[in-house]
Amino acid sequence: MRAQSMHFKPRAAAALGNPTLQSNLEKFNSTGFTALRAKAVAEFGPELFEKLRGEGAAIRDRALANLDAWIERFESEAARRGATVLFAETRDEACELLLDIGRRHGVKKVIKSKSMLSEEAGVNEALEAAGVTPVETDLGEYILQLAGEPPSHIIAPALHKNKGEVADLFESRHGTPRKTDIPLMTREARDVLRGHFLSADLGLSGGNFLIAESGSGVIVTNEGNGRMVTTLPRVHVCLTGIEKVIPTLEDFSTLLRLLTRSATGQPISNYVSMFTGPRGAPDRDGPENMYFILVDAGRTSLVGGKMQEMLRCIRCGACMNHCPVYRAVGGHSYGWVYPGPMGSVLTPSYIGLENALDLPHAATLCGACSVACPVKIPLPELLRELREQQVDRGLRPGREIAAIRLWSWTAQHPRLYALATAVVARCLRLLGGRRGLIRRLPFGSGWTQGRFFPAPKSGRTFRALYAARPRKR
Amino acid sequence: MRVGLFVTCLVDLMRPSIGFAALKLLEDAGCEVVVPATQTCCGQPGWNSGDRRSARELAEKLIAEFEDCPHVVVPSGSCAGMLRVHFPEVFAGEPGMRARAERLGARTYELTEFLTKVAHRPKVSASFEGTATYHDSCSGLRELGVKAGPRQLLARVSGLKLVEMQECETCCGFGGTFSIKYGEISAEMAERKCAHIAASGAQAVVLGDLGCMLNIEGRLRRRGDTKTRVLHVAEVLAGES
Repeated sequence: MRAQSMHFKPRAAAALGNPTLQSNLEKFNSTGFTALRAKAVAEFGPELFEKLRGEGAAIRDRALANLDAWIERFESEAARRGATVLFAETRDEACELLLDIGRRHGVKKVIKSKSMLSEEAGVNEALEAAGVTPVETDLGEYILQLAGEPPSHIIAPALHKNKGEVADLFESRHGTPRKTDIPLMTREARDVLRGHFLSADLGLSGGNFLIAESGSGVIVTNEGNGRMVTTLPRVHVCLTGIEKVIPTLEDFSTLLRLLTRSATGQPISNYVSMFTGPRGAPDRDGPENMYFILVDAGRTSLVGGKMQEMLRCIRCGACMNHCPVYRAVGGHSYGWVYPGPMGSVLTPSYIGLENALDLPHAATLCGACSVACPVKIPLPELLRELREQQVDRGLRPGREIAAIRLWSWTAQHPRLYALATAVVARCLRLLGGRRGLIRRLPFGSGWTQGRFFPAPKSGRTFRALYAARPRKR
Repeated sequence: MRVGLFVTCLVDLMRPSIGFAALKLLEDAGCEVVVPATQTCCGQPGWNSGDRRSARELAEKLIAEFEDCPHVVVPSGSCAGMLRVHFPEVFAGEPGMRARAERLGARTYELTEFLTKVAHRPKVSASFEGTATYHDSCSGLRELGVKAGPRQLLARVSGLKLVEMQECETCCGFGGTFSIKYGEISAEMAERKCAHIAASGAQAVVLGDLGCMLNIEGRLRRRGDTKTRVLHVAEVLAGES
């Protein structure tokens, strides 16, 4: 997927000015996942859930501390059960490996369940260029494939679209009478997809977890399409990031409890599919050939560094659901595969600090993301760290750094500071006029374009007033 | 009990009355209040902008100014959070300074936190006629756990009726330099906060951070609300509202 992350500001402005998108987001914000998660946590017991978050973080840390060893274990266990494990260092390599597999097995059509890595790697484009037809079978992803749009949320990819927009899309692309009844629309999509399920040569899934001790991949889904993708075609390929490996099935059960509650507020998802090797002798169904393509694409560069905690991420989407910036501007503003707080850390980490300058700054560091994160990723700290890396690499505008340093330098010289603040306090008070409200702030038009700036009430600083106060007795 | 009062740069410049209200509350609670005359800024603008050097210099200055105070009280969750949570991070890799920062952080309190947890049942003699709603500022709430304290204290203000608004824990959109760099998004977040305040029917919104106050008041007035008052919790508790 081509990154647009350097255009955050204009994209966010367009999103704020799009009434349809705003009303769709408003619906998601008021009735969506945050309320469901809150209910699930309350039912589970908030203290117990806190404990579980700690365990989840520890499991992910344990896996990441010896990532190479756990990946080797996964590889040998999966191979022992008849699956082929391939490694891709880059996104392009991942597409190459997939195309190789396709050529080897004479693949003409690929059915897909949701895989964010396939968005990262631009798998659909690569398949089409090679003459292979990709068909998205997750309902949200299917809608977006018809519309030619990228996802705007990692688990609810089409949340930026409303029923009417989807009805128009189905009418024009399916050539059927327009329907606005959701069960009827879903049935229509199922009817179209059924043929693809039965005629596809290869099923491409993502992977929520890779379990080292059993060599299994796992997908956690709600629609049932994932189960068909992983069992119906002759070939199944699981495409996911190398950081998804966890040591044991026991670990998986802990993380699953956290994942579904944090994502959709469900105690468990409708489907949890575990695939361990291809069809064996006693099996009556399942793929004849099974591959794992484990992709690095920047992940190992985070291991051992200040961003390592980000690799704990289990892709639940809670951080974006709770992010007031994401809730205002939606996922497309962020311009790449991963939106919201986790995206603002991952995008610069994976495609370059210089290609996503706004993202680490487009946050108030309010902390709503980190308290919702099921594996306790300190997202605000990581965003701040990325800001520091930008400064260290000279990527910030000179004016911004000069302003910060001028402020800090002045604040280190209390007398000068007293003089400067006395002047500023008086000026602001004058600017505020009779109502005490500044309509245009010099050097701060960003503030006053949507707000007034309340002027100081007294025009003198606390320190000046305190020094001049009448002494007691 | 000797207490160092760090008024914060915003209070110093924009609303000294909050500093005096905090001073009064601490003195009423029987504290001997020290106000170091050279205090300026905690370094948060530099820290949050990624300029560790600026933050480091101001943090070192502040630590020296307050090092001999048994307690440090700050009428701001955000600046208290800077001292307690982030000062030690500022000195990563400098064990000596880090230890000094940790010692200072361990005795630093946000004002309502100090009044409810450390001061011995301070009396609240203020009165306020009307309804108020409380906005939980982000750093106070999520870095320091300030939630029940201000509500307990406000409950003791005679005449004040507290009504909770929807999403009282959601960020108002201030975020320091975010409010200028991403003014449009920031103003939209402030607008949502103001809508919740209006829907609560409260006559005043009370909170513990001046940055959020300026943001919320600026948006309220811009959307034509000239009535709803925006007050610091210290002003209300000190009877200066």
